[in-house]
Amino acid sequence: MKSFTYERPNSPADAAAAVSRNPNAKFIAGGTNLLDLMKLQIETPTHLVDVNGLGLDTIEATPEGGLRVGALVRNTDLASDARVRKDYAVLSRALLAGASGQLRNKATTAGNLLQRTRCPYFYDTAQACNKRQPGSGCSALDGVSRQLAVIGASEACIATHPGDMAVAMRVLDATVETVDAKGASRKIPIADFHRLPGDRPEVDTSLAPGELITAVTLPKPLGGAHIYRKVRDRASYAYALVSVAAVVQPDGSGRAAFGGVAHKPWRVEAAEGEMARGAKAVTAQVFAGAKPTHDNAYKLTLAERTLGAALNEARA
Amino acid sequence: MPSFGENELSRRDVMAGATACAALAAVPARAEGRPETAGPEQPVLAKVSLTVNGQRRELELDTRTSLLDAAREHLHLTGSKKGCDHGQCGACTMIVDGRRINSCLTLAVMHQGSEITTIEGLGQPDALHPMQAAFIKHDGYQCGYCTPGQICSGVAVLAEIKAGIPSHVTVDLNAPMQVTDAEIRERMSGNICRCGAYSNIVEAMTEVAGRPA
Amino acid sequence: MKFDTPAGQNPIDQLKVVGKATDRIDGKFKTTGTAPYAYERHDVVANQAYGYVLGAGIAKGRIRAIDTAAAKASPGVVAIVTTLDMPALGLGRMNAANLFGGAQIQHYHQAIAVVVAETFEQARAAAFLVKVDYAREAGQFDLEAVASSAKPVPGDSGEGSGGGSEDRAGDFEGAFASAPVTFDETYTTPDESHAMMEPHATIAAWEGDKLTLWTSNQMIAWTKGSIAKILSIPEASIRVDSPYIGGGFGGKLFVRSDAVVAALAAKAAGRPVKVALTRPLVANNTTHRPATIQRIRIGATPDGTITAIAHESTSGNLPKGKPETAVDQTKLLYAGANRLTAMKLAHLDLPEGNSMRAPGEAPGLMALEIAMDEMAEKLGMDPVAFRVRNDTQVDPGHPERPFSHRNLVGCLKLGAETFNWSARNPKPGQVRDGRWLVGIGMAAGFRNNLLMKSGARVRLGRDGIVTVETDMTDIGTGSYTIIAQTAAEMMGVGLDKVVVRLGDSSFPVSAGSGGQFGANNSTAGVYAACVQLREAVAQRLGFNSADVAFADGQVRSGNRTETLAKAASDGELVAEDSIEYGDLAKKQQQSTFAGHFVEVGVDIDTAEIRVRRMLAVCAAGRILNPKSARSQVIGGMTMGVGGALMEELAVDTKRGFFVNHDLAGYEVPVHADIPHQEVIFLDEVDPQSSPMKAKGVGELGICGVGAAVANAVYNATGVRVRSYPITLDKLLGQMPDAA
Repeated sequence: MKSFTYERPNSPADAAAAVSRNPNAKFIAGGTNLLDLMKLQIETPTHLVDVNGLGLDTIEATPEGGLRVGALVRNTDLASDARVRKDYAVLSRALLAGASGQLRNKATTAGNLLQRTRCPYFYDTAQACNKRQPGSGCSALDGVSRQLAVIGASEACIATHPGDMAVAMRVLDATVETVDAKGASRKIPIADFHRLPGDRPEVDTSLAPGELITAVTLPKPLGGAHIYRKVRDRASYAYALVSVAAVVQPDGSGRAAFGGVAHKPWRVEAAEGEMARGAKAVTAQVFAGAKPTHDNAYKLTLAERTLGAALNEARA
Repeated sequence: MPSFGENELSRRDVMAGATACAALAAVPARAEGRPETAGPEQPVLAKVSLTVNGQRRELELDTRTSLLDAAREHLHLTGSKKGCDHGQCGACTMIVDGRRINSCLTLAVMHQGSEITTIEGLGQPDALHPMQAAFIKHDGYQCGYCTPGQICSGVAVLAEIKAGIPSHVTVDLNAPMQVTDAEIRERMSGNICRCGAYSNIVEAMTEVAGRPA
Repeated sequence: MKFDTPAGQNPIDQLKVVGKATDRIDGKFKTTGTAPYAYERHDVVANQAYGYVLGAGIAKGRIRAIDTAAAKASPGVVAIVTTLDMPALGLGRMNAANLFGGAQIQHYHQAIAVVVAETFEQARAAAFLVKVDYAREAGQFDLEAVASSAKPVPGDSGEGSGGGSEDRAGDFEGAFASAPVTFDETYTTPDESHAMMEPHATIAAWEGDKLTLWTSNQMIAWTKGSIAKILSIPEASIRVDSPYIGGGFGGKLFVRSDAVVAALAAKAAGRPVKVALTRPLVANNTTHRPATIQRIRIGATPDGTITAIAHESTSGNLPKGKPETAVDQTKLLYAGANRLTAMKLAHLDLPEGNSMRAPGEAPGLMALEIAMDEMAEKLGMDPVAFRVRNDTQVDPGHPERPFSHRNLVGCLKLGAETFNWSARNPKPGQVRDGRWLVGIGMAAGFRNNLLMKSGARVRLGRDGIVTVETDMTDIGTGSYTIIAQTAAEMMGVGLDKVVVRLGDSSFPVSAGSGGQFGANNSTAGVYAACVQLREAVAQRLGFNSADVAFADGQVRSGNRTETLAKAASDGELVAEDSIEYGDLAKKQQQSTFAGHFVEVGVDIDTAEIRVRRMLAVCAAGRILNPKSARSQVIGGMTMGVGGALMEELAVDTKRGFFVNHDLAGYEVPVHADIPHQEVIFLDEVDPQSSPMKAKGVGELGICGVGAAVANAVYNATGVRVRSYPITLDKLLGQMPDAA
């Protein structure tokens, strides 16, 4: 871990300004991913801007009938919020399927969106990784890839977004709110928030340098059955091989997003018209053009069967 | 003895004399000529005051110091363990401001004014916390290295259930939480025990949960 | 004390303290965080600096140069030692790769430098400034690809299993060819990591030419000897101290780089240095259980009598490494006149393979006990009945050698009854519970009992306190407690009058912790020392030692009674002895036995596997402390579930390393994976083993359990997976359609 200076700003705009001023500065909130990466010198900020004191930790109703979730709301608090449990159960379930109790107590809403991939080659600084070191190559392409992306990947990177929360937010059509150094705010649809790797896999999101997430807004409740199904080898405290966030209405229509399969939560709205026809019809479209490796081709079967399980659960 | 150059050999011989071993003799002298000038590489010190197990502690630390290392290396509270240093095992679990966290993945300087309970604050050998006593009775440990983290987590988990915080295995998110084996197992899953004392830990926690407060 | 005739009646048989389910005497320290582990011993020596170890970033090749200039200039840096500063150091006991020194890289993350600084943060930061110039060389990293080049080798795990490159009895080929029912399948087990919770750690301090290592090691005397050899210093100059060890499982049997580089770093720094391997280094820098490819052939008559059995295993290792002895149990577990076991070893340039909990038997039984399940099905027999049919009371390859005591059949029958085995539907894929397909499986467990010399010193103080000193270690096994129980029983005092001090090389050399040999041998050593102390007490009190009784803190002979403490009223009494063994174990085979029973659920849609019920019935001689022994068994069962369902060091066969080298990538079971576990010990003693009449249980729990899980998965789904771990991707393609 490189030596760093540390400050606690007084406002979100001050925080954004502090990070904008210094290309080697980073925000720190829960720290559960950033410090992990700093210990391995995968992240090497020389200035940390601690945003924990900025408030941004409340959940409020919006005039549109939705919820505005402060960027610093801890995963535990978001999952436990009575309104979230009742009206956005898929989000509560996704959060509770992630990490451990200890990590959820620390990890924040914004930080969770920004968590970086768990690709083992990203984590080993002796290996080539375009995401960690642009231009160095991708060891995962011909390496161990059982956990990695099957769709939306590139020749430069087959990493996945490892989170659960964002998959649920994707199915809920959440909006990410930010502020920049000048105090200007912007709203980014969750669909546009995470990027595909393309030839710039080092860039995970559409945030500008120094832009600070202040909140995530959930539209008014969708109703229906909320299912988050996370499939993993061990029963808990593991990243998803495949996960499905689904909201299914009594008439069989609904939405579904997939985790563990791509560089971002993967949702193909056009395929959702097939929902009433069953999982196979949906995943055939959702995963059209998938390019799995030998090690992770099973994820296509698994995604279909997991969606099937979610639809069964919704009907039950 | 591959790749051992002539230069090293002669240097070694000079340094070692006849009897000392090659390895020890070849050990280089202390690093010298460190620059005293401040630069980006210089450690940044910051003051932080924490309340640890009820005692106020004032520390001046390298900003890089994790809360875990502040406790273990600076306060010499070594009950919290470093199993992975990356939030992957739970051995470092402390209760901070009422919540259990991985103390390896947070900086000490981020905890100005925090109330911190470590295993030492729960109980001592001659005054055990009920959870500590239950772990002994049910043999909820073997090598003991994950144990302080398990116990801190165990105490916090029962409080979380009482507070109505749901878990991955909670069947009805909107109903009152129950202390079931499944709830305990899921909520404790962030504390790895490689010795495999899980079955006994569940029994210890169940006993404590059933005990009148 | 020489133990060369079976034990008769002795003071242990009183079972006033031994045999009781006693709470651990070290429990109050472990549960309060006051038990001191290696890295946290601030009190033992002042002025400790911090060392940070660097591992090689290539799997094979040479280091051309190491540039330490920037690191040396980094704030707080006290010293840097690199592998180029010295020749390759000698190998310690059982090391297959050099722990430090020289330009040659033999495996990924081999230690190449240690950076010492005033603080941990400074050492870590400086370590990242060390620049290394490598010349890569091609290597062999793929066991499957090189298996055909593997050569026959004999080998011994050093922990109770081993064999020749080929061992035969009768005529396997002939009998197999003529057997009415035959079976021939190949199984694979992956590389596995010990993943103990405490990473390898050492504080080293020099005082002149005397070196003290506060470390985390299972085998104190081996470590001392190995360090002497590696550093070329006399053993007498070394002290090793490991009172608490945060798990080992074989990963801390042999000295590792943490101890070596700590000693070198402390020399360079001119002050004490402490070093812990970072978690990402543990998988590749230390040892692992090697992967195997195992072929099993069984021939039988239609009534299920085995007439021919062969087990062949191929594993890989560095040139100086040994084979995984996966075939050994097959020599002894089942009857059959015609037998073949054979081992081959391929050259791999992966990190060194070495002992991990039940080396040999753990992976061997994972294969053999699936094969037995498959053969039973082929024969149309119940798997329990098939095993009972082929029980043997003698070493089947050497029928003149009986087992000292063998009740495998008792384990299997009691297990079947307790687990309600008869309710199992033998046709797979039939039982459904909601979204779960439910299956039940079983397997036999088998592990040899090893006899090793073990010493102890016992002191009787003026206060009547009995203090035991031995370099035995407690790696979670319960050594502190069973040693205290032994001394209390022998000296006729309560546990509160016994103090146990372990893990210090200044104490008498014990068996140490490994190969499930620790409990029986170390307590037998304490027994031997206590026999000496009893004689000294009797003599001091003027008793005729032949009829002296020790009980309730008193010593009685005839109608005279004295307090035990009185014997030390003029000064402490000290006795020391070792248990040493004759050839009892050669004349009779000493082994331990288990029946493992497991119920699993397999998700009908996703093929996720979750264990629902587990039972082990164990026959392992006298159980010295049923509470800690049970913990040993459930711990083995838990690790066995890991091996069956999730544990695999994923090999990058191009770059030559274990990719998932942390606890997020290398998954071991968590709480949610493990149901309530039941353990039953058969009430038995084995007078051939030692005066304690006990045998090992520390590894029996893992032996066979993985196959029981595998067989349950088959029973649940009808899908037979022969490649561990049994992960959902291996089932998915063949799963029944979800309803």
